[in-house]
Parts: sequence; C-alpha cells; structure tokens
Amino acid sequence: MIKAILVFNNHGKPRLIKFYQYFVEELQQQIIKETFQLVSKRDDNVCNFLEGGSLIGGSDYKLIYRHYATLYFVFCVDSSESELGILDLIQVFVETLDKCFENVCELDLIFHVDKVHYILNELVMGGMVLETNMSEILARISEQNKLEKQETGLAAARARAKPFSLLSSATGATILSEFHLKIEILLVECPFVNKSQLNLGACVYSLLSNRRITLTFKYVFYFNRSSS
Amino acid sequence: MNPTDHGFNPAFNMAVIKEVFNEALERVRTPTPMRLRDLIRQIRAARTAAEERGVINKECAYIRSTFREEDSVWRCRNIAKLLYIHMLGYPAHFGQLECLKLIASPRFTDKRIGYLGAMLLLDERQDVHLLITNCLKNDLNSSTQFVVGLALCTLGAIASPEMSRDLAGEVERLMKSPNAYVRKKAALCAYRIILKVPELMEIFLPATRSLLSEKNHGVLITGVSLITEMCENSVDTLQHFKKIVPNLVRILKNLILAGYSPEHDVSGVSDPFLQVKILRLLRILGKNDVEASEAMNDILAQVATNTETTKNVGNTILYETVLSIMDIRSESGLRVLAINILGRFLLNNDKNIRYVALNTLLKTVHVDTSAVQRHRTTILECLKDPDVSIRRRALELSFALVNANNIKAMMKELLTFLEKADPEFKEMASSRIVLAAERYSPSIKWHLDTLLSVLIAAGNYIRDDVVSNVIQLMTANPSQQSYMVGQLWSALENDNSDRQPLIQIATWCIGEFGDMLLSPDSNVQISETEVIAVYHRLLTSPQNSPITKQYCLTSLTKLSTRFQHPDTHKIQELIESFGSHVQMELQQRGVEYSQLFGKYAYLRNGLLERMPALEITKPSTNTHNGSVSQDADEEESVSPAENQSNSNALLVLLGGDTGDNDIIKPPAKAPSLDTNQDLLDLLGGLDSGMDSISEKPIDLKLNNDSSIQNNNNILSMINSTPDYLAEPLPITPQTRDTTVYDKGGLRIDFSSQKAADVPNTTSINVSAHNTTATDFTEFVFQAAVPRTFQLKLLPPSGTIITADGGTVTQILRVTTPTPAPVRMRIRKLTTSLPTVFNDNLTFCGASNFSPD
Repeated sequence: MIKAILVFNNHGKPRLIKFYQYFVEELQQQIIKETFQLVSKRDDNVCNFLEGGSLIGGSDYKLIYRHYATLYFVFCVDSSESELGILDLIQVFVETLDKCFENVCELDLIFHVDKVHYILNELVMGGMVLETNMSEILARISEQNKLEKQETGLAAARARAKPFSLLSSATGATILSEFHLKIEILLVECPFVNKSQLNLGACVYSLLSNRRITLTFKYVFYFNRSSS
Repeated sequence: MNPTDHGFNPAFNMAVIKEVFNEALERVRTPTPMRLRDLIRQIRAARTAAEERGVINKECAYIRSTFREEDSVWRCRNIAKLLYIHMLGYPAHFGQLECLKLIASPRFTDKRIGYLGAMLLLDERQDVHLLITNCLKNDLNSSTQFVVGLALCTLGAIASPEMSRDLAGEVERLMKSPNAYVRKKAALCAYRIILKVPELMEIFLPATRSLLSEKNHGVLITGVSLITEMCENSVDTLQHFKKIVPNLVRILKNLILAGYSPEHDVSGVSDPFLQVKILRLLRILGKNDVEASEAMNDILAQVATNTETTKNVGNTILYETVLSIMDIRSESGLRVLAINILGRFLLNNDKNIRYVALNTLLKTVHVDTSAVQRHRTTILECLKDPDVSIRRRALELSFALVNANNIKAMMKELLTFLEKADPEFKEMASSRIVLAAERYSPSIKWHLDTLLSVLIAAGNYIRDDVVSNVIQLMTANPSQQSYMVGQLWSALENDNSDRQPLIQIATWCIGEFGDMLLSPDSNVQISETEVIAVYHRLLTSPQNSPITKQYCLTSLTKLSTRFQHPDTHKIQELIESFGSHVQMELQQRGVEYSQLFGKYAYLRNGLLERMPALEITKPSTNTHNGSVSQDADEEESVSPAENQSNSNALLVLLGGDTGDNDIIKPPAKAPSLDTNQDLLDLLGGLDSGMDSISEKPIDLKLNNDSSIQNNNNILSMINSTPDYLAEPLPITPQTRDTTVYDKGGLRIDFSSQKAADVPNTTSINVSAHNTTATDFTEFVFQAAVPRTFQLKLLPPSGTIITADGGTVTQILRVTTPTPAPVRMRIRKLTTSLPTVFNDNLTFCGASNFSPD
C-alpha cells in the first residue's frame, strides 16, 4: 500500500502532499522535512529506493522517488508494493500531468494544486492503484471539468457574453428586461455619468423600482466617457 | 415617490443612481476575497519566513471571518486557498465544517472542492465523521457518476470503522454497478473498508469474484488488489479463492499474448501494473500449495522467458515473477531460471535493478544458498558501489553467504569494506564480522588476527562486548598470547586515532602478558622505557575516555611486576599523578595503586598475579559495558573474572529499591521499626567493591570502626585485613564458623554448611550470644541478598537472648543461581541494647562464604 505521496521542489517546499494514512498535521510536516533531507542528499546516479526513514511505518517501508528537473516525486510505500512498479507509476503520474498541463512545470503544480489532486485521485485511491490507463484518466478529468464549467455558466456565462451592450443605448432597458435577471457588479470604475448614460441610468432605475429585477452585483459596468 | 409617475427627472435620477451604485460598490468591494492565484503570488513574493507567515496569518484571519458570515459565494475559493495554506504546513482545521457545507451543496464544483478539502483536512474526530457520513450516503446514491466517484474516493481516504459499517452496504451495491468507473472505485473502497473492519469482508465476497470476469483493466486491477487483501486477511478466504487460479492464469496469458494495445501499453509491455498485481496474488495463492503451484508453473515460465527486458517495465515484471517463483512450490528448473534472472539483474547497469536483485537474493538465500553462492563475486563487487542502499543490501547478503568454506576470502573483502565504510555501517558490520569469525574461524590465530583487524578498522564503532570477548579469547589460548601481545603492541604504538576498544584490549593484554612482550623471543623488540613512554602518552591524552585510562592504570601497575628491571620510580610517579585527578574513579585508583608501591609493596606481586583463564561464555548480544555503570567497568579492569551479571544484580540492589523482596523478614513477629528507612540504610552501604574480593575465598572479619562508614573499597580492605590477603586462611570445605559481629556484648556467629542434595544452596546457622549481664529482648535478625539469590529465613529459636551466655539460633538458606560465593547483608534489631546500638539500628555488615 502507498502510505503517502509527496511532491516537493529542490528546496524542500511542498508542492503536493497526500497521505493515505492519518497523521496529525505537525507530523505530516515533519515527515516531509525528514523525507526531503533523506532524498535531497542523494546523487542522481544512485538507485531510487531509500530505506531508513523513521516516521512512517518503520522498517517495513521504503521511499521510492524520482527526480524531475526541479521536483522530487516521492512515494512512501510498504513492502507489499513492487519497488520497480512504483517507479513506473510515478512515471505514469508525471506523464499524465504533462498531458493535462501541456509541458508541466513546477509553476503548474503551484497554481493548480487542486487540479493535481484531482488527477492523482483518478490514478491512486486509498493508497492503491486505481487506474493506469492515461487516456482514461484524461478523459474523466476533462469530463469533470466540463461539468464544472457548465455549472459556473448559466447566468454568468450569458451576462459575461455582452456586458457592454447594456451601455449602448436606450435599448438597454429592453435588454435588461429581456435578461430579466441579476445584474451583478464586480467593480464599478469611474461612475462618471454623462448625458448619454442618463438613459441607461433611468432604465436601470425604472427596472429597479418596478422590482422586475433582483440585484446581485457581479458584473462589470464600465462607465466610460468615451462610450457614447 | 415613484419617478415613473413623474416622467424623467435627470437630476433626481442621478442622485438615486449614484446611491445605488455606491451601495453596490460598498457591498462588493470589501468582501471580494483575494483570488487563490494572487494569494500564491503574495506568498511566493515573501522574502522571509516571517513575511510569509504574515501574509498567511492575515489571509487565514480573513477566511475565518468570512466563514462566520455565512457568505456562500466565495466559500469555494476560500477553501481552495485554505488547502494551499494547509499544504505549506499551517493549521487549517477550521475549514473542516466549511468543507462539509460545500459537500452538501448541490453543485458539482462545490462538491469537488469540498470532498478534496475533506480528504486533506479532516482529522479523526468523531463528530465531523458523523456529519460527513450522511452526505456520503446521499452522494453514493447520486445519478451522476462523478459525484458517486468523489464520494467513493473520499470514503476510501477517510473511512473510519463506524463509517465503514454504515456505508458497506452502499459500497457493495456499487461494486455491482454497470458503470466501470464506479465499479473500480467501489472495489478499492471495499478494500479500505476491509482494512478498517475485517469482519465486513463477508458481504463483499460474492461481488468480488465477478470482478475478475471484467474486461476493463481498471476494474481488474482493483479487483485483484481487493482479493489480495482478502486472502492475506483470512485463511478461509484464501482457500475460497484458490479456485480462481485458472482465471488469473488466463488473464495473465491474455496480457502476454495480446498484441499491442495502445490503451494499456507502457513502453512496449501490456499493462505491467496489472501483471504485477496478478503475479503477486498468484504468489499468495500458490504458497505452500502444490496443486496451485502446479497450475502456475507454465505461465510463470512463459512470463519469465517472454518479457522484454530492455526497459524498466519489463524488469518490473521479471522481478515480480522471480519473487513468485521463489515463494511458491515451483519446479526446480524454474528456480534455476529465476536465480539466473537475478544474476543478470546483478550485472545490469541500472542501479534500481541491481538493488532489487540484491533484495531478492537476500530473501531467497535461506531457501537456496548454493545458487546464490554462485553470484558471490558480483555481490562482493556491490560492496564497493557508491550507492548506500546497494551497499547496505550487499553487506547483508554477504554476511548471509559467509560459511566455513569461504570465510577467509569473504573476510578479506569485508575487512576492506569495513576500513572504508561510513560510520553508520561500522557498528553493524564490525559486530557481524566478529560473530562470523567466531562461528567459522578456521584457526585461533586467524580468529585473533581478524579481531585485531576489526579493532583497527572499526575504531570506536565497535560494540563494547567485543572487548571482553577478545580478552576472554586471549586468556583461553596461551599459545597465541606471546604472538598477539606483540601484534597488539604494534597496533597500539601505531594507533593515532584514539581507538578506545583497541587501547583497552591492548593495555589489558600488555599488563597481563608484559613479560612475554619483553622476552627475547617476542616478535617485537622493545625496551621497558618505550612501553612506559607509550603508557605516559595514553594516560595523559585528553582523547582517551576515563574507562580507557582505568585500563591503562591497572595495566601499568601490573607491568611493574612483569618487567625484569622495572623502573618502579617512573611507574609510581605516573600512578601517583592520578592521586589528585578530577575523575573520582581515576583518583581512587591512583591513590590505591600508589599504596602498592609504598607501604604495601610486599603485597604487589601477590595481588597482581596473572588472571586465570576466563571461561568463554556464549556471546550475549545485549551485554554492553556501557550499560552497566562505571563502577562495573572499573571493577572489570581490576578483576575481569568477576561475573558481570552479578555486579549488575548488585547495582540493581543498590538502586535504592526498598521493595520487600530485597530483604526477607523473618517469619517471627518482627517489630517494624520504620522499616523503610532502615532498609534504605541497609542497602545503601552495600558496595560493589565487595565483588572484587569475593572471588577469593576469604573470611572477612569486619573491622569495628571502619566497615560501617567506609565504602568497603579495595583500599579499606587492604587496610583492615592485610594478613588475610597475604596468606589466605585454610578453608574447611564443608563447615566453617565465622564471627560476623561482636560488639556491645552481642556476638553473632555464622556457621555455613553446604546442603548435600541441592548444589547451590548453603545453609547458614546463625547463633547470637549475649555476653552482657542484661537480657536482649525483641531480638530480630534480618538479612538481605542480591536479587539473583534466594534467601529463606527459618523462624528463630526465640526473640529474647538471656543474659550471660544466652543464645538464640536461626537458620538461613541461601540459594544462588550458579555456584558462586554467597554475599549478603545482615542486620539485627533489638530494643534493649545499649543506646549506641539503638541509635544505629542498622548494622551494615557483609560476609562472604564460599561453600566450595
């Protein structure tokens, strides 16, 4: 069984930590530190297996790691896993990341830890290998991403499509009523109102007073002097 | 006022609109939380750890406050940030409940991050688990496969026994789901549940079998993992699954024979992960089972011969195959094939492969030693590998391969290794070399030479028991003494890295056999002054430990009697310089030994005679000099013949333990006069110094004024009883009478008798006489012995000793574990002795009986 999967960079900064056995947070950090110290002092031309870490599992466990450019991928496993097999598994993991992020680098892992976790969850579950077929993993991940996108869509997607059309003219009122919706304001920049915008203001106001729309502010209104 | 009623009023509308927007601005601007991306940037921009902490603390405080406000819009983002913060090692447990809220949300986005947070943040608190169980149950019944997948994945990661029990039914149902994505996750979930609650295995059994008839490799691999776990868990299940061997063989065959399939191909091998898992399961099923092994032989041979070995994956499978062949009852031909594969592995350029080869050979060496012996040279080569993991494996394997035939050749290599080895290896390697040498040594000379090489090569990393072992070996072999003492002398002379064990052994031997060193037929030609000069260097070097110096001092004292024309003056000067040493032990030694050059010079020859040959005991692995206190060490240097376990027991006794087992109260009505205090006193004075004299069968009459106060050290012994040492009393083998106490009119005599039927039991007849004119009332006699002894006090003849020659007698039976001198501490309590004795109720005396 895989006890933990740790990814950290050449300076020991963690980039991904996943424990399949419960440890309190302090101990987790200690394990990362110890593992880093053990792994980082090894040359590149020595074998990828390491024994003697004291924190997880004692003598029954091994550290199996691979070093890619700036990152160490370390799997802590017990004796029931094949050492060479785990090496292959690390390779599959990294290749999958590479396909997901297109030329994966440390920055991808930093800014998308959640995504890396999702990918890992399709590869390993509860400390056991779940799926090693890369295209299957990628397909599932993209399906789930699509599902997420669909949800954030709906209202938001439509409003985002043409927020500026609101500013265009007196037709704003009709557009607004057509949307019949939430006008969400994220940021109001320079609420400078000139003559051309009075109409808009009026229509917004009328809509407000008619209680035909509810206001939750999310989208950007640009009141711009140049917009006629 | 409704503006629509009044037509268009620009000014008015302007104001209202402004108000509306300002309000919006107010609402929106303050709570917009920082994006994850920006937080990460800020953290990365921090130059110092303190700065980073500042950024994170500020953000955490903010996240906490939003959690309080029930602001649901940004919960996702906040949890994502919190997970990042958690990864960096900052506390993030306050996000647990928010994760649960996200899980309960109907949106997939929320659930996804919520479950991720739950997997990472949840601890083993019961209440949170209770809450999440319900959410999991709902989601396991969801119609979206990914929601089910998330729930299964989370359950697999954080299942507690309670959750396992509650949700096992759902998981079992999902194992039969038509959707492969759900099925494989359910299988692994079942695996985790069985890990937590083995009793639940039953309900998964039927669904598990059908997993093997799958086409989908994900389901197959998880199914095989599940079965493996079940088989390891119970013997019954193992029997149950013996039936599936043909199925597994068929799957494996298909994998090998199937041509290229792009989905599962990993550098030219079809799904190595699944192959490895199946091979592993076959190993468990075929272990000690001839029939099952029979069914596997063919396929194992096929895998072993057909697998492409140019890539790592191929070797992975071969490695697993070899392990399986070795574990099951395979044909002998197959075993030869397996060992040959390992031999090829050993020559592989890839370090990883060499490592696993060594590892596997280590596992198989006990099964088939001769086959592994063939690769001995390669294994010894691996001792020189720069990789520490490989060296460690090779070392272990080398020790496993040592036997009487190859000991000489192997030892040469091992000693070379030991010389260059890292400190972490030295202790282990040296003690195993010593063991191997002891077991297989072809001759005593070779054995001693090897030990000397180890002493030189391993330096201070040698375990302490080696020192006493070498000394024992030296004393037991007079033929080698002359040769070895010369060797040790050269080693000592050339030693410039302060190897303590070497110095200890060398000085012991030179002290003991100094005459041989200087005899004309010795292999080194040196003068006495040279020897003394070396001792001077050793004794004054700050690098040497006090224990080593104790060895040196004793040795030097002995040398004064070994040399033909000793420069006693110089030796004496050196020893006396220790009379004011800061180290108490050394000082004591300095003072005591200098007595042997002055007032008691006539004692020196007798006292410093050569030690008798030591009995070679079986090397006990847990006897460390260091673990016994310094007293014991010191003592050993004076009289190494002393059995160490005895002194150990004494030390235990000295530890101030007031337990009742240390003292045995007589069965008579003993007046308990603040016994604890008394016991402490009673034990307090017992000093291990007594041991050093106890081996000589002398009867020691206690000196009235000194023995109560002093430490019974050697010096006092010399002071008080010189005549006994000079000419030991003749010993009556069966019965001897001793007066152990005579003071204030009370005389206590011991007469010891060895019981004929029980060899290690001594009966002591205690008789107390009253020579005063008053009666002693409530007289109680007590005795204590070290823990290793057994003491039985029979009832006394009375508690009152009448005046003018009244006598009370009592019998003591002491049983010792080995035929050893009896040591004990006695005291007597009476209420009617003169005041001085009432004050000093505790009388510390000791008596030595040697029944043999």
